[in-house]
Amino acid sequence: MDRFRTIFQYFQSNSESVMNGICGLLALASIKIYICFDFSCPCLPWYNMAYGLGIMFVPPVALFLCSLIVNRQSLVMLEEWRRPQGRRKKDLAVIRYMCSSIMQRAIVAPVIWIIVALLDGKCLICAFSSSVDPEKFVGFANTSLAQVRQLLAKVPCKDDELMRNNTSRKAVTRYLRCWSQALGWSVLLILIIAVFLVRWLRPCFNQAALLQAQHWSNYIDIEQKIFEETCCEHSRLFAHKCILHFFKSMRKEIKLHSFSLPEAGEGAEGEEDLLRGITNQDQVNKLLKMWYYEKPPLDV
Amino acid sequence: MDKFRMIFQFLQSNQESFMNGICGIMALASAQIYSAFDFNCPCLPSYNLVYGLGILLVPPFILFLLGFVLNNNVSMLAEEWRRPRGQRGKDPAVLRYMFCSMAQRAMIAPVVWVSVTLLDGKCITCAFCTSVPVEALGNASHPSLSQGEMKQVLARIPCKEIYDGQELIANEVAVRYLRCISQALGWCFVLLITTLAFLVRSLRPCFTQAAFLKSRYWSHYIDIERKLFDETCAEHARSFAKVCIQQFFEGMSTDLTAGHCHLPRKAPADAGEAAEKLLGITDRGTMNTALKSWHRCKPPLHLHPPALPSGNGWAGGGQPPAHPPAPQREMAVYYSRV
Repeated sequence: MDRFRTIFQYFQSNSESVMNGICGLLALASIKIYICFDFSCPCLPWYNMAYGLGIMFVPPVALFLCSLIVNRQSLVMLEEWRRPQGRRKKDLAVIRYMCSSIMQRAIVAPVIWIIVALLDGKCLICAFSSSVDPEKFVGFANTSLAQVRQLLAKVPCKDDELMRNNTSRKAVTRYLRCWSQALGWSVLLILIIAVFLVRWLRPCFNQAALLQAQHWSNYIDIEQKIFEETCCEHSRLFAHKCILHFFKSMRKEIKLHSFSLPEAGEGAEGEEDLLRGITNQDQVNKLLKMWYYEKPPLDV
Repeated sequence: MDKFRMIFQFLQSNQESFMNGICGIMALASAQIYSAFDFNCPCLPSYNLVYGLGILLVPPFILFLLGFVLNNNVSMLAEEWRRPRGQRGKDPAVLRYMFCSMAQRAMIAPVVWVSVTLLDGKCITCAFCTSVPVEALGNASHPSLSQGEMKQVLARIPCKEIYDGQELIANEVAVRYLRCISQALGWCFVLLITTLAFLVRSLRPCFTQAAFLKSRYWSHYIDIERKLFDETCAEHARSFAKVCIQQFFEGMSTDLTAGHCHLPRKAPADAGEAAEKLLGITDRGTMNTALKSWHRCKPPLHLHPPALPSGNGWAGGGQPPAHPPAPQREMAVYYSRV
């Protein structure tokens, strides 16, 4: 019982930190995947935009869904939302609180991907190189429209034969990278200010209701964990009883069908109890065969 | 027993995280195997497609089967599926639950392999280099080649050292194009799989929660019951062996005392526990005889109650015991000496 209590206390105190830990791991995984990913812009007019913006936005969606899947609390929230009312009322404030806490944690990894992509600059350079104004750059100013689109599309590929000796390519790249990094830092600043404001202003608005929602959401989480633990413990005891019954019934059957050996003396040792009356090879074989062919009913 | 119970509870409460850990390890192993694998495109017209698609699809299948093989619960599922009905009904919902949870875990490594392969791009580049749109990407002014020759040239795109179609279509342009398509496919595949996983996980509480709780409980139960049965059998085997060996030594000791008059008598009652544990065997010759007898003539797997005279391993039962026990029904038990 003590052990149960220690385990439960651990879960209770660490549910938040477990979720924060998972959130942190996913954020690190997001950065690692971006670094390992071999970005290679196609350098073709329409494909650039699709590729660049695709790499910017599709992985964050996948990371968001992944965070939701990995977070246990999202299941708890869904179950609480969809359960029949029964004898316990449903409190929408609690469900809203759980939902917002899950979303906040799930959004960290995608945001980190987007910010890293913007600060790195490759995605935006690839996506918008065909959209810059060619008049601003000397090397592209005096070419026909169709040709300039083709040329600009090749800007992200510095090893391309047309771009190898083109000085305006670097100018375009620097220009787009500057925009990309400015956007990245602005997004980061806005997000941090938003989070700061939310955390500071939250106690000014309805703190009591928030505390209640927090308490009950924690309660629902723990209640479910304890229910699962109790079911495990129950099935263990059930199985134990079932097997003991099975051995007892085998003993009775053996007594009925074989020459009855004398009962063990009054001073039966502990070992005799553990043998449960099964004392020879045939009896053991019969027991194992019975176990396979006719498992006992689930009725203790 | 307490220790067993504590360890058992710990494993049970952590079984989810244990299984998730195994999945994570398999996913990492899958990515590692891919990076260690030395991809070698054959650069020949029909071989490219077979090789590329083969590397894309065959290892995931193997990893999927490996996921099942490494999962301990597969034998449990098979046993539950094939057992005769007996006195206990079979619930197909439980079997389905067990199969689904195993299949979900086994799918992770193959999905990681396919994603990493597509995001890397080498397989798709190798498989589809002959299908590159030359009219859109290549030089329109190049003298046209026959279909066969064109395919020969394009098939060498992945092998830069031997590529000789630079005037037809630049190698980098074709590789970039194919890789872009491959990476787009890869990210779409990842998105699709995560969406499916998300839907499967989140729709379940909306529709079948009660049935799910039932199946989960009974599938846990079957697992625990099997483990407990194995434990009980192991305990029984241990006790069986202990009593068997004890009776063997007692038999040896009795026979030697009866057969060799010069052996010291059994130690007096107050000699202490250590002397009792010697079971009457107190010199080298006797011990050697005991060991030889153990090897040549192991006792039968048939224990007799302790109150009876122990005639273990030796023929006949005519020797009256030195100290007759309390009156019991006597049985003469004959054992063959083999």
